[in-house]
Amino acid sequence: MKADPKGVLTGAHYLDGDHAITEGALAAGCRFFAGYPITPSTETAERFAERIPTIGGVFIQMEDELGSIAAVLGAAWAGRKAMTVTSGPGFSLMMENFGLGAMMEVPCVIANVQRGGPSTGLPTLTGQADMMQVRWGSHGDYEIIALSPNSPQECFELTIKAFNLSEQYRVPTFVMTDECVGHMTEKVVIPPADEIELTPRRWYDGPKDEYLPYLPDDDMVPPIIKAGDGYRIHTTGLTHDERGYPVINAECQEKCVRRLLEKIQKHADKIIEIEEEATNNAEVIVMSYGITSRVALKAVEEARKAGIRVGILRLITVWPFPEKRVNALSKKIKAWVVPEINYGQMVLEVERCAAGQAKTIHVPHGGGWVHDPADILKAIKEAVR
Amino acid sequence: MKAVETPVKKKEIDHPMEPLLRMDRIPHIWCPTCGIGTAVTAFVAAMEQLEMNLDKVCVVSGIGCTGRVAGYIKLDSFHTTHGRAIPFATGLALGNPELKVVVFSGDGDLIAIGGNHFIHAARRNVDLKVFCVNNFNYAMTGGQVGPTTPLTAKGTTAPYGAFEHPFNLPYLAESCGATYVARWTALHIRRLTNSMAEALQKPGFSFIEIIAPCSTLYARRNRLGTGLDLMKFYHDNSVIKHGADTKDVDIEFQKDIVVGTFVNEERPTFLDAMNERLGHVLGDKYVKYGGQDA
Amino acid sequence: MPEIRFSGYGGQGIIRSGFIVGKACSLYDEKHATLNQAFGPEARGSACSAQVVVSDDRVLYPYITIPDILVSMSQEAYDKFEPELQKKGLLLIDEDLVRPKPIRDKITMYAIPATRMAEEMGNRIFANLVMLGFFTAMSDVVSADAMRKAIPGSVPDRFLDKNLEAFNKGYDFGMALKGAKKEPSPQKKAQAEPKAKAKKA
Repeated sequence: MKADPKGVLTGAHYLDGDHAITEGALAAGCRFFAGYPITPSTETAERFAERIPTIGGVFIQMEDELGSIAAVLGAAWAGRKAMTVTSGPGFSLMMENFGLGAMMEVPCVIANVQRGGPSTGLPTLTGQADMMQVRWGSHGDYEIIALSPNSPQECFELTIKAFNLSEQYRVPTFVMTDECVGHMTEKVVIPPADEIELTPRRWYDGPKDEYLPYLPDDDMVPPIIKAGDGYRIHTTGLTHDERGYPVINAECQEKCVRRLLEKIQKHADKIIEIEEEATNNAEVIVMSYGITSRVALKAVEEARKAGIRVGILRLITVWPFPEKRVNALSKKIKAWVVPEINYGQMVLEVERCAAGQAKTIHVPHGGGWVHDPADILKAIKEAVR
Repeated sequence: MKAVETPVKKKEIDHPMEPLLRMDRIPHIWCPTCGIGTAVTAFVAAMEQLEMNLDKVCVVSGIGCTGRVAGYIKLDSFHTTHGRAIPFATGLALGNPELKVVVFSGDGDLIAIGGNHFIHAARRNVDLKVFCVNNFNYAMTGGQVGPTTPLTAKGTTAPYGAFEHPFNLPYLAESCGATYVARWTALHIRRLTNSMAEALQKPGFSFIEIIAPCSTLYARRNRLGTGLDLMKFYHDNSVIKHGADTKDVDIEFQKDIVVGTFVNEERPTFLDAMNERLGHVLGDKYVKYGGQDA
Repeated sequence: MPEIRFSGYGGQGIIRSGFIVGKACSLYDEKHATLNQAFGPEARGSACSAQVVVSDDRVLYPYITIPDILVSMSQEAYDKFEPELQKKGLLLIDEDLVRPKPIRDKITMYAIPATRMAEEMGNRIFANLVMLGFFTAMSDVVSADAMRKAIPGSVPDRFLDKNLEAFNKGYDFGMALKGAKKEPSPQKKAQAEPKAKAKKA
């Protein structure tokens, strides 16, 4: 289905990443936004508040992030495409209801404009240290999808993609950007509405009295209904059966939770989007994501001038992680170089998937700034030594 | 198995409330003489009395004994996380203004862990009907004290008696902006039913506190007797005072309980105010919000 | 690939200046321009700056490293940022607000009474646009035509004319200083400005 032109600001704009997220959401048909102001993500909320009245929808500034994510889940059950945006401390507060979203299988989008942590950390400066939190931060076993844009243009595009994936797999989907990209202003080209492809919600269309809210289709994802349509469903954060009724035992837990995991894991190949360049003939590959992927390119250019065969693997989808591809490439290279603005997060995934076949060299950065490309270059040189 | 059955005609059923209950989940988890079932009965009776379009009524609960209400009512029903029933319901109500959204939860869920959402939803006058069963303790987890436990009453986490001043819920609700505030006990079934019906018809943030016996935990620990004794206590000690100043309706341990409809006034709801303000400033450019296709 | 820092104090429209230049370059001059702003908890009165990296290719590293051009509209900002300006850099200052040190290395400096000119127009809030006109004339970063296209939508509509007027005043001042021929009128398409030899200050 095509985007509704009402929400699409077709044309070339000079936008920062935060604003581009709003435009992506509006283009994707998001008509409900609940949020709480927090640097450096607030501009996304501000733009939504300004834009939505002439499009038709609701912006509500909630009392906190706990309420924001809860309201997003409620609005999604009312049939809306809904989102919220936040940063570190607010992201931490939202964790419990990310689990509810995964458990109730609610399509919705959360953007995290990452800043330096832990705690209040660096409110106005960049970081990439929530990458593991987004995957594992809520208690229990679950899967989510997370994307990482490296420019305002991608903030726009990947927000649309996040909505599409969340609808396709009925799962909370995350846009994991950071302060640098969020506050960076660049050209953003928004295409005409009829060039923006949207994934519709997977509405149930069978006989009303046969509907089971958690009876999955062949692809393990159950079709959905919305409140008020007369299905009179029950849904809960408790472990539940196909009726949505709580069943508190190990058998139901196995069935319920395994499907939540496998509906993502078994479609990982379809979900994962990565960018590769010169990986086939590489002796070392730099794996990065978000703003760091741009900074790393500067180092790669220098390394190539020095005669090193450097490949690039950029994560656009961060979760699920492209484990098969990283494993396959590990057979052919000497080492991975993984710069990221944290003290070691996605590098652990690379190391796990490389499984000893290639070295893994982490280039950490505590946050507050992007890497000095020279540090990445040094690691590349060390990798081939 | 069919999850959703169209309500059948009354003559064919065993129990008059069957069309609105998930009979396939009965027996429920509540203890004998618990007051929550009475509150549910009053709620079902209120809906029947109003002949509402029940497809449009949603029930949202949090966690706790009363949090299980959503699981037994045969309407679109959402059993959410602890304390977050009100913001979840806010999203539902604003996501589709045609819905009539009822929050049915306990005092600990709504007022302790969810207290911040409670005061702000009341302030905004979101169109929610909040039915709060107050049994003076956290019953699901074994009888701990909470923000409504009367002074000197005991709980497992206040073995020597509560010494924190409890909330006066009607006063809290009114001061935050609730436009309908009432309190009844589980004994006042007919009045509670009428009150719920009144709230269901009234736009805006309505709050009804339902004082309910918890004989297994609160009553036993405080040596208040059986469920029947508690009902007798309500009978002897409830004082109906419609329009009472909510400042004066504090609940003290085993003292009189003032009940009645305390507040019933008009104020624009969140959506009314939003439409009014944005329409005023933006004029024709404003796309009025309301209804599923807006 | 010029790296530019616009600096001054909060409230002068410094970030807006960077925004307009970045927008002009990337939307109307077929270049790539990345704007980043130094964020701090301070809002008004303290030194603030906007960083613009302009390039024919995609900008990878998002911040400036060694700026080629520094625009300073306050003493504090000048003191803070002047030392990082590259040795052959271009320095543009508001002559009433910045008292420069002796010129070091091969830096070229030009001065304009931007705030005074804006006050003569009726309000000092236009000083940043006067400076932008001056910047456009004195550097080869962006065309005057692109700038004039970028200003609408970047300033409040009700002050658009005043802002364009301020821009033109600064631009004319710069062109006069360069001794180059003035552009006939803002409406006609401005070609790349003739490169005048920089006058050593």
